[in-house]
Amino acid sequence: MKTIKEINEKIKKGEVVCVTAEEIIDIVDKKGTRQAAEEVDVVTTGTFGPMCSSGAYFNIGHSKPRIKLGGGIIKVNDVPVYAGFAAVDFYLGATAIPDDDPRNKVFPGEFKYGGGHVIQELVAGKDLRLEALTYGTDCYPRKKLETLINIKDLNEAVLFNIRNCYQNYNVAVNLSDKIIYTYMGVLKPNLGNANYCSAGQLSPLLNDPLYKTVGIGSKIFLGGGIGYVAWQGTQHNPKVKRRDNGTPVSSAGTLAVIGDLKQMKPNWLVGTSMLGYGVTLSVGIGVPIPILGEEIVKYTAIKDADIFAQVVDYSNDYPQLSSRTLGEVSYAQLKSGKITLKNKEIPTGALSSYSKAREIAEELKDWIKKGDFLLSEPVAPLPGVESGYTFKPLKERPVI
Amino acid sequence: MISKRIVLHFPHRLVDQPIVYKLVKEYDLQFNILKAYVTPQEEGLMVLELSGEEDNFKKGTKYLQSCGVKIQSLSQDVIRNEVKCTDCGACVPICPTGALAIDPFTRKVHFYDNKCIACELCVKVCPTRAMEVRF
Repeated sequence: MKTIKEINEKIKKGEVVCVTAEEIIDIVDKKGTRQAAEEVDVVTTGTFGPMCSSGAYFNIGHSKPRIKLGGGIIKVNDVPVYAGFAAVDFYLGATAIPDDDPRNKVFPGEFKYGGGHVIQELVAGKDLRLEALTYGTDCYPRKKLETLINIKDLNEAVLFNIRNCYQNYNVAVNLSDKIIYTYMGVLKPNLGNANYCSAGQLSPLLNDPLYKTVGIGSKIFLGGGIGYVAWQGTQHNPKVKRRDNGTPVSSAGTLAVIGDLKQMKPNWLVGTSMLGYGVTLSVGIGVPIPILGEEIVKYTAIKDADIFAQVVDYSNDYPQLSSRTLGEVSYAQLKSGKITLKNKEIPTGALSSYSKAREIAEELKDWIKKGDFLLSEPVAPLPGVESGYTFKPLKERPVI
Repeated sequence: MISKRIVLHFPHRLVDQPIVYKLVKEYDLQFNILKAYVTPQEEGLMVLELSGEEDNFKKGTKYLQSCGVKIQSLSQDVIRNEVKCTDCGACVPICPTGALAIDPFTRKVHFYDNKCIACELCVKVCPTRAMEVRF
């Protein structure tokens, strides 16, 4: 048994043994869990994919004379932001789109530019156009503001994503006879393709399936910089069916994450356009897992062949909130390029980049080995399987 | 015998003339039309797979050029912006010819432009819009 404190001492001395969640598979295969747990101190994970509940908040500093953005109409590069705070704070969501975007009026809409792209351009150091129209007060008399802003001049620029890093996800297919355009990509009719979105054996929460090490306050790789787990993500759902290895067979846990946008990189926060669906942000996240003992190393040695996901019809079942699934497939099958369902061979496509997930796990490993990244002790656990925490559908009630 | 995928640009004055027909009649070439349209400026664009004896192929393409048709090789038309591509693989099941495929080891998406027929299905499907058309 090891403690995070002991692991951090090793990191500081340059003696830490850190491997990725791919590399640990062979190590455990060859040496067994006991020896692997003694030898390895940290396992790094990674994931890179579209994560819609992402966004960032900003403080732009006060203009002269002063203006109160709260209550006004505020846009950055024509993308509306939420300014219902004090005078010069606002939040920009990844899926926000300009008012004059045609959306799905000409179907399928292209959704070329939105919040996700604004975040990427801001991180890349580009000047962005801020426009504000608001009301005046005695203390904030100014009603109109038009200016270029740059991340280096902002007081705060903080990425704060309320749901990222889904622990497992649906495999999307289309049972209808028409092509459909979804957040899981373009789905061809009659089971024409099956799209999945998880890094599988490299995915952070699949390597710590019961949240034994990842908790509130865990320090992570976020968007190419350093971030922290702020809370469980929205729709966190620990109580789903699980396999003996602890991994959920459908989407389960999630993370809310936070970090200073000023030290992040545009190649790890990428504006993304889903045809016929909308705009989002692809986020790169890596979570280091401290190998505190044999149980933890066993979790991190999980293989694609041992992680399963549910195949869901997105033409009718998903939109109608039906809980039906069409079957279960492993990530090893998904990554082979085809799955078989209803006696039909279906080509697979991914929205989550496995090669980028691997790059993230490698980069985080480098940081830890160089002594640039110390692990943090969580200050509180994420709600676990026994917590009673669930994800409920909306209970609609008539408005009288 | 050679076979090439080429893009033909027809100027306005040639749009209503049966140029491609002569390739068969005079030069014994086979063609498979992969795509054809007339642009708003009334220029014609046609993507062809053209095959035949090497000598005939040369003469045929020379004939096209003598009429004023501009010829471009197809691989220059759809290109991948390597900076934008994140190697996710959303394009892979959409590509009808297997020109976009995931390497089983590196898990990176390869673009085999010799297999590309410039159908452009990948262009709008790509989440980061990394596939670009250059006609």
